[in-house]
Amino acid sequence: MRRQIPLIITFIVGSVLIISVFIPHKPFGQLGENFSVYFDIIAVFAFILGAGNLLRVHGNRIYKKHKDWPYSMVTVAGFTVMMIAGLFKIGGSPGITGDLTEPGSMFEELYMYVFTPLMATMFALLAFFVASASHRAFRAKNKEATVLLLAAFVILLGRTPFGVKLTSWLPDPLSFLEIPNLASWVMSVPNMAGQRAIMVGIALGVIAMALRVILGVERTYLGADSE
Amino acid sequence: MKAFSYSFIFYCLLGLILLATTDGLAQVESSDSLLSPLLPPSEVIAEDHPGDAGGAIIVRWDLSPDEDRGITGYEIVRSASPTAEFSSVGFAATGSNRYVDANTEDSLTYYYKVVAIDADRNASESEISPPVRSSPQWFDFHLLNLLIIGGLICGAVIYFIAHAKKGKKLFLRRIAGLEAVDEAIGRATEMGRPILFIPGILDMDDVQTIAGITILGRVAKTIAQYDTKLNVPTSRSIVMSTAMETVKEAYISAGRADAYSDDFVHYVTDEQFGYVAAVNGIMVRERPATCFYIGAFFAESLIMAETGNAIGAIQIAGTAMPAQLPFFVAACDYTLIGEELFAASAYLSGEPKQLGSLKGQDVGKIIAMSAIVIGALLETFFAISGSSFFGSLAELVHKLFSIVAS
Amino acid sequence: MNPDNPKMGFFETIANIDRRVIFLFIGFAVIIPVLLSFSCREEATPIVQSIFDKIESLPEGSKVLMSFDYGPSTVPEVQPMVDAFLRHCCEKNLKIYMMALWGTGHNLISESMEDIIKEEFPHKVYGLDYVNLGFKAGQQGLINVILTDLKKMYTTDALGSEIDAVPMMVDIRNLKSFDLILSMGGGFPGIKEWVLFGGDPGNIPVAGGATAVSAPLLYPYYPRQLLGLLGGIKGAAEYESALIKGYPKFKTYSHPAIDMMGPQTVAHIVIVFFIVIGNITFFMGRKKEEGEKREGGALK
Repeated sequence: MRRQIPLIITFIVGSVLIISVFIPHKPFGQLGENFSVYFDIIAVFAFILGAGNLLRVHGNRIYKKHKDWPYSMVTVAGFTVMMIAGLFKIGGSPGITGDLTEPGSMFEELYMYVFTPLMATMFALLAFFVASASHRAFRAKNKEATVLLLAAFVILLGRTPFGVKLTSWLPDPLSFLEIPNLASWVMSVPNMAGQRAIMVGIALGVIAMALRVILGVERTYLGADSE
Repeated sequence: MKAFSYSFIFYCLLGLILLATTDGLAQVESSDSLLSPLLPPSEVIAEDHPGDAGGAIIVRWDLSPDEDRGITGYEIVRSASPTAEFSSVGFAATGSNRYVDANTEDSLTYYYKVVAIDADRNASESEISPPVRSSPQWFDFHLLNLLIIGGLICGAVIYFIAHAKKGKKLFLRRIAGLEAVDEAIGRATEMGRPILFIPGILDMDDVQTIAGITILGRVAKTIAQYDTKLNVPTSRSIVMSTAMETVKEAYISAGRADAYSDDFVHYVTDEQFGYVAAVNGIMVRERPATCFYIGAFFAESLIMAETGNAIGAIQIAGTAMPAQLPFFVAACDYTLIGEELFAASAYLSGEPKQLGSLKGQDVGKIIAMSAIVIGALLETFFAISGSSFFGSLAELVHKLFSIVAS
Repeated sequence: MNPDNPKMGFFETIANIDRRVIFLFIGFAVIIPVLLSFSCREEATPIVQSIFDKIESLPEGSKVLMSFDYGPSTVPEVQPMVDAFLRHCCEKNLKIYMMALWGTGHNLISESMEDIIKEEFPHKVYGLDYVNLGFKAGQQGLINVILTDLKKMYTTDALGSEIDAVPMMVDIRNLKSFDLILSMGGGFPGIKEWVLFGGDPGNIPVAGGATAVSAPLLYPYYPRQLLGLLGGIKGAAEYESALIKGYPKFKTYSHPAIDMMGPQTVAHIVIVFFIVIGNITFFMGRKKEEGEKREGGALK
């Protein structure tokens, strides 16, 4: 019974939501949107579970002085400071009744001068990792890898004015060989064709996966073996 | 002499009179042209908006003949009675002949007029439209083609699931990433290092996360049998709860309930780059021997994959985010591309019913490929020959696979 | 290093180069052009020019909805696009309606209002020329709702004023009241959701700017469903260049995207250099292996 009830709920809700796409009449027309909102509400309450888990796991590591426990200290400290600053609206002009993001408030200052630069820094790591990944991955080991390598060259150079200058001397009849034009062609023809093919495959995969879940054939996500 | 002078005076007078009247006529003409009214739009038709839940009416009209004489737009006015005052409900730009009034009540009858307006705020009203009422529909006929094609594909999947137990062995192509799962887990066991599993950064309402959790369940069972340490940091609280339950059940079904710990699965943060910073820290400190990245990822994919590469871990990735696939292909040892992610749990289970659904997917692919080839050929023949026959057929194929806005 | 073949040793070293050396090169490739103020002007490509032309064609008073669908991590890439759009719309005296599908967009709207509109166009009046509708949760569900009834979701603006008390909101009923939708970000929810749930069903022109990583996924929608797209810093630089070309006064204003094209160019060249070096070492290594195999075969 413990496993049957979730399966029944999944089947009913899944089927109704699929049918509601085609039925605009109330209440079906709004069901998809309403369920999205219900999920968002549940996710917000579930956050309490997440926060509790975070504090429990890291608190335990600090208490038992596990290996690398100072990092857990940093996690708990960061969590606590932001939570207190946000909950009590410290530093904002009307105090606790004011807006969370009141200019000059502690939350807003931490967001602007700590959180934002940290996020930008993490994103900036991509530039370095792209270089090291390219150095390692773009090797002409076989025909396909060679094509990938050539495409990478064209796109990398085509996205810069250097690429424009490199082939700007080509006569008009051969202008299609200019790097920016080649880069544009690579992005809009083979890249787009590949992306679309992958998207069609993904859409079909989603349909099959969703049907397996709705029909109860796939139950691993419930913590149960499949039928 | 006298006769000449009288004639001269007569003709002068006549000329003066003619001059004056011509000028006057000209002035009358120009003032007439200043007073000529703006021509109104015509043929105003209002009808219930199709395929909706009611509360909307479409108003259509023929453009005013004075479109190129300075009309700046059309004001749509309505009333509950043809004799009552009309009030404005919206504006349409010049050149447009359609407006959707989305604020109607289904129980009321409405009458519409369309007013052409120019830059000087001169207005010219159309005739009143026939009465109209909005109403909800039980079926959106604009989605009929979606229903048919979706029905075909879903029907095929359900058919093959239902008939999967007939014993016929299905041919499945090799997916290197899935065949390497056992080897990857074995490697971690031999090295005495943990296994890291990242189920993506979206919530449980995303089908990729569901796929990731189902694969986690299967992988966790093998990990339980090998008695290797598992670490599953999650980005969402609901994913954490689901993953905990999944891993616990996997350990129980492997007969290793004693080896399970709630700390295997833990919540980190919802914030994308905060999460990847934490995951990178785990990788660098704990040095897992195997990393699984199965689910939905965004820009953080390359950061995790490169860090995994730096610590010498074997990496198996799977995502249906086309923008992230190239990063995983470049940085990971094995990558499940798009639909392979959704097929993975069926592959790993080996159950006939699950594998049957993969065959149903193939029916969808046949429909898609046929439509693409036929459509491309028709468009090509149309472009070469200019024949309207090919053009109409190409347009038909295009319409069959388009969802037209209702 | 191989004493018999020092050249081979050099390439072996390069083949096994520590990734931190690569990181150092990339660091210098970005820092040095920044310090030397090396920048490159761009020519707008058709996919960018189409947005510029659309905004140019809008008459004064037209309504433009700008959705701030990005977070702090992508500010360096997306903010230049936002600033360029804001400047263009303000210069054309268009009415700007700002909203966000991302929670982080809320603060970014406030910053953009302060840094661009209030600073560079002080004559613009809040409520008459621009309004901040703020962040609302709901992702694509929100777009679904406001497609038919915007005021169902937005009963006040971000500052708490009643929505009908804001003069420029009086004749706004739903998304179809807008002449153009601009979405900046490219993540989820973003431009794709605006196209699928707003622009396409409502027949409203949608354009926007996305990070370079997200942009390839959006090219299939151009030009039928997506009017135009600024892809990454290059797209932003192209738009800034088009803006300067159309309105020379903006030459003296900040143009971070154009400034960043210099470091991007140098960094790309460094990456190409490492790819070339990597391939040379790969082929030399393969040649060495084949030579050793032949020698081993000959000995047998």
